[in-house]
Amino acid sequence: MNQTAAALSGAFALAGVGAVAGLLTPARWRSAAVGAATTGVGVTGAVAGIAAVSGTVWQVRLADLLPLAGVSLAVDALAGWFLLLVGGVATVVGVYTVGYAGRVGHGPSARGALALLPLFVAAMLLVPAAGSVSTFLLAWELMAVTSLLLVLAEHRHSPAVRTAGLWYAAMTQAGFVVVLLGLAWLAAAAGGESFAAIRAGTAELSPLVSSGVFLLCLAGFASKAGAVPLHPWLPRAHAEAPSHVSALMSAAMVKLGVYGIVRVAFDLLGGGPRWWWLLLGALGAVSALYGILQAAVATDLKRLLAFSTSENIGLILLGLAAAGLLAGTGQLAVAGVALAAALLHAANHAGFKTLLFCGAGSVLRATGTRDLDQLGGLSRRMPATTALVAVGALGAAALPPGNGFVSEWLLLQALLHQASAGGTVLTIAAPVAVAVVALTAGVGVATYVKALGTGFLARPRSTTAAAAVESPPTMLAGMGLAAAVCAGLAVVPAVAAPALGRIATSLRVESAPLQGSGVDLRLAGIASSISPLWIAVGVVGLTVGFAAVARAVGRARRRAAAWDCGDGPLTARMEYTATSFVEPLQRVFDNVLAPEQDVDVTHPAESAYLVRAVAYRRRLPDRVEARLYRPVITAADAVGRAARRLATGSVHRYLAYMLTALVAVLVAGVLR
Amino acid sequence: MTVGWIVAAAQVVLVAAVAPLLVGFTRAVRARLEGRAGGRIAQPWRDLRKQLRKEPLIPADAGVFFTAAPAVLMATSVLVVAAAPYLSTRGPLSGSVDLIVVVGLLLLGAVALALAGLDTGTAFGGMGASREVTIAALVEPTLLLSVFALSTRVGSTNLGAIVAAGTSNQAQVFTPASALAAAALAIATLAEAGRLPVDNPATHLELTMVHEAMVLEYSGRDLALVEWASAMRLTILLGLLANLFVPWGVSTSLYPGAVALAAGVFVAKLGVLSGLLAVGEVFAAKLRLFRVPELLAGSFVLGLLAVITSAVLA
Amino acid sequence: MGLIRKIRGVGRVAEPAPEASVRPLPAAAGLGGSVQVRHVDAGSCNGCEIEIGQAFSPVYDVERHGVRLVASPRHADVLTVTGPVTVNMAGPLRKTYEAMPEPRLVVAVGDCARDCGMFADGYGVLGPVSDVVPVDVQVPGCPPEPAAIASALRGLTGR
Repeated sequence: MNQTAAALSGAFALAGVGAVAGLLTPARWRSAAVGAATTGVGVTGAVAGIAAVSGTVWQVRLADLLPLAGVSLAVDALAGWFLLLVGGVATVVGVYTVGYAGRVGHGPSARGALALLPLFVAAMLLVPAAGSVSTFLLAWELMAVTSLLLVLAEHRHSPAVRTAGLWYAAMTQAGFVVVLLGLAWLAAAAGGESFAAIRAGTAELSPLVSSGVFLLCLAGFASKAGAVPLHPWLPRAHAEAPSHVSALMSAAMVKLGVYGIVRVAFDLLGGGPRWWWLLLGALGAVSALYGILQAAVATDLKRLLAFSTSENIGLILLGLAAAGLLAGTGQLAVAGVALAAALLHAANHAGFKTLLFCGAGSVLRATGTRDLDQLGGLSRRMPATTALVAVGALGAAALPPGNGFVSEWLLLQALLHQASAGGTVLTIAAPVAVAVVALTAGVGVATYVKALGTGFLARPRSTTAAAAVESPPTMLAGMGLAAAVCAGLAVVPAVAAPALGRIATSLRVESAPLQGSGVDLRLAGIASSISPLWIAVGVVGLTVGFAAVARAVGRARRRAAAWDCGDGPLTARMEYTATSFVEPLQRVFDNVLAPEQDVDVTHPAESAYLVRAVAYRRRLPDRVEARLYRPVITAADAVGRAARRLATGSVHRYLAYMLTALVAVLVAGVLR
Repeated sequence: MTVGWIVAAAQVVLVAAVAPLLVGFTRAVRARLEGRAGGRIAQPWRDLRKQLRKEPLIPADAGVFFTAAPAVLMATSVLVVAAAPYLSTRGPLSGSVDLIVVVGLLLLGAVALALAGLDTGTAFGGMGASREVTIAALVEPTLLLSVFALSTRVGSTNLGAIVAAGTSNQAQVFTPASALAAAALAIATLAEAGRLPVDNPATHLELTMVHEAMVLEYSGRDLALVEWASAMRLTILLGLLANLFVPWGVSTSLYPGAVALAAGVFVAKLGVLSGLLAVGEVFAAKLRLFRVPELLAGSFVLGLLAVITSAVLA
Repeated sequence: MGLIRKIRGVGRVAEPAPEASVRPLPAAAGLGGSVQVRHVDAGSCNGCEIEIGQAFSPVYDVERHGVRLVASPRHADVLTVTGPVTVNMAGPLRKTYEAMPEPRLVVAVGDCARDCGMFADGYGVLGPVSDVVPVDVQVPGCPPEPAAIASALRGLTGR
């Protein structure tokens, strides 16, 4: 039993302990007990991940644990990367939960909701650890069910939670069915259900089978990952789930969809024809652009973060697509950089999105609202939370020296420096992909300026926001931990280089795509380099330096009323809100977003030229959902209503159905 | 190594000193074309010196985002200047800060100012911030496509490498792709620096403002830092335009003579470009805000054409 | 092309600056030759505004002496005020003055600003500018000539 095995076993044991503790401990100690257990699961999971990415692989088959198939675990470097990711997120969320679910009688502090938390984390650890199709599917379903129940934790609170649960349940189960079909087909065609057997058998697969398996798995995994157009569950579930669950889902669970794509497409199927990767790239590009545009116009803070998850998944998929495409043309070095960019971005996104969802949870807990239009003024009431959210927003906006910048830089390098030998398709696809990444980054900046600027700065626009108080220390500690990880990834991303090299080698792409010398980040096959550490030191050092010199040389600052053009006073109602902030951007992308706006002007009785009141309403329905899903739902409803006519309540009629069916079966049997 | 840092420091000092003069020169050229006598070229320096001595005010509800923004803006500008190949392509930071980082750092400065505008809690501050980030978001694709066009022929996004390749192999510089990329980058420069026809730096009407609206609340040394840094950003962008597309004169070594010559050539290039900018501004009117995306879409198409042309011709 | 011909045809509009005896104001010494002006019309008939506009026009062009109009009192060193201060404008005038960073100076332009001029004892008139904010320089005239305004502003820049 090696390090990986010990740590992973410890994680599963701790999860069991945590679940029992959640059920048995009295309400006062419950959140602390479960939080500690979840942190434990996270830490041990992360340790197992670190051991695995450092080369300690582990394989085991427990034939007796489950009837028929048994349980088979196989942890390699790729699995280790995602174990580390899930474990890291769970560690932060565990600490955060102590404070977040600490208020007794609050939705997430319920017995069931807390007991499920460590189980959900354990299920997420089991997914990458699975070594056979049956174990993988079991873990996948376990993860889906536990997360669904956690999403529904506050179902008594609002009907929106129930709708979100319904969407999530329907889509995650549909996704499961598709993945089940794909993997079962693959196992049957390859002649074995363990991943090792499949890997050995894929060489003889016909293109029809491998493409069929790819498409089925892609559909299932992309819907779990929240890629547009398979995303509608995501903004609902992420927004309505308790915030620590949102953090786990957005930062960790969604990444396992990415894991599934990498495992099946790169590892099990061993790559494929060009159109696979173009399809994946198109999916990524659409997700990135549509996700960030919806995030930019969202006024609900958690909905904004949820759509930004779709965006980041899009960027990750774009990186994977580039890696597959470039590996296909033999440019292994650049393909390795693209793969490293995708995996590093997965980790970076996990870091900042955990932080941001926890921050949103703190805001929700302090003010009771997620509506950015109603917030504002939190920077003075919750200074620590604001500072931590700012760190996350810097990473999410992909600005230097944030952590998101490093992985987007890698992605851009891979897209910029593919050789023109790649053919016409690549010549056209690469600049388009660069433009997509650039526009996504630009709108992303606008999105997070909006989230931070209108949500936290200036004056409060509602009484609840004005009454906000700082979160308890455990919540801040959890977020601080996430912020520290973000800072670490931003400043010394080269620490991930050996792990990414091992993964790239195992996926037959490139042995060492990143060549970090600690400070500089150098790439295989590309002459570009940056040193994130020097950039961070430069920005922070010079900022502090200029502030200090200006302070020493100049006169002291004096507070004065904001300039109100001589009239006044300025009220918070005159501030720019989240809605007004994105209005120009929304107008630019009018054709994509198709907002529904109406302006009602009411006139006094005396004259139609005078105005008594103006009401402005804006709705931004999810257009993909309206066009793609509504017709299906309507059709399903119609079929259901039609089928209802069969069931009138008459016992005779039901007996007649049974008789008819029996006769039909008998006739069929005789005829055969 | 030490020589490299001295050259980097010299670049910072040169750009910091020249930037206000550049603004003064632009104003002087405009004044002359408009039949006015105009202020002196050193007038912006006098303005800065005075502002540094004045008392800074802070709006009642603003916090650290408001007070920190001028320093962040200045820091990003200085970092970019230190890393850019204005005098020599062998600067000590040329391997640490590449063209994508430069784009990112300039955006970081703009973001700091936008957050400061929101932090004041005034309608104008929010309005300026909203407009600024909208334009910044739409400029980004053009900027990165220009980076694409410039970097593929060199195989690196490092600024020093791009400029050095241009000086050593001059046939690379005057290609149709470079011309298209230069045109795209020029439009992006106007938008980033807040010049006509995207934004009018001389406007007094709040409703037409973009950049000015965000800084309406600044005074004293804060205002001085913002204005100085804004002038430096204009110089940075014009300098990049000059050295990326007309790389002659940039020293590829660290010899003092070559660097001194490069400084002279650099200032001359800046003079020509800012003169052109001023002349262009006399002839241009500010675009309506919602027409700006059309201009930027045009620059995006130019950038895309540049990339595809360079791939086809390669 | 038409514009280029016009630029060449019109040439320089600005008249040569008079070698007027500029008496620098001691209070403005700290400004070091840079004066940024915010203007408030506290109740004027707009006659003085037209003349101030002329002072900033190409013909008199005070910008050559280091004077510039700015959009915010935060950016300004000098407040120019015209007209008798009406009851409604007293508050905004005081607020504008308070919104300016120190050191700050006030120039009262025109007879109305000095002593309410022909509007003295009007029902809506509160009083001269000096009743509301401290005045440093006065420019007499109804309205004052642009040259007088320019000369007063030159006294502040010292050039």
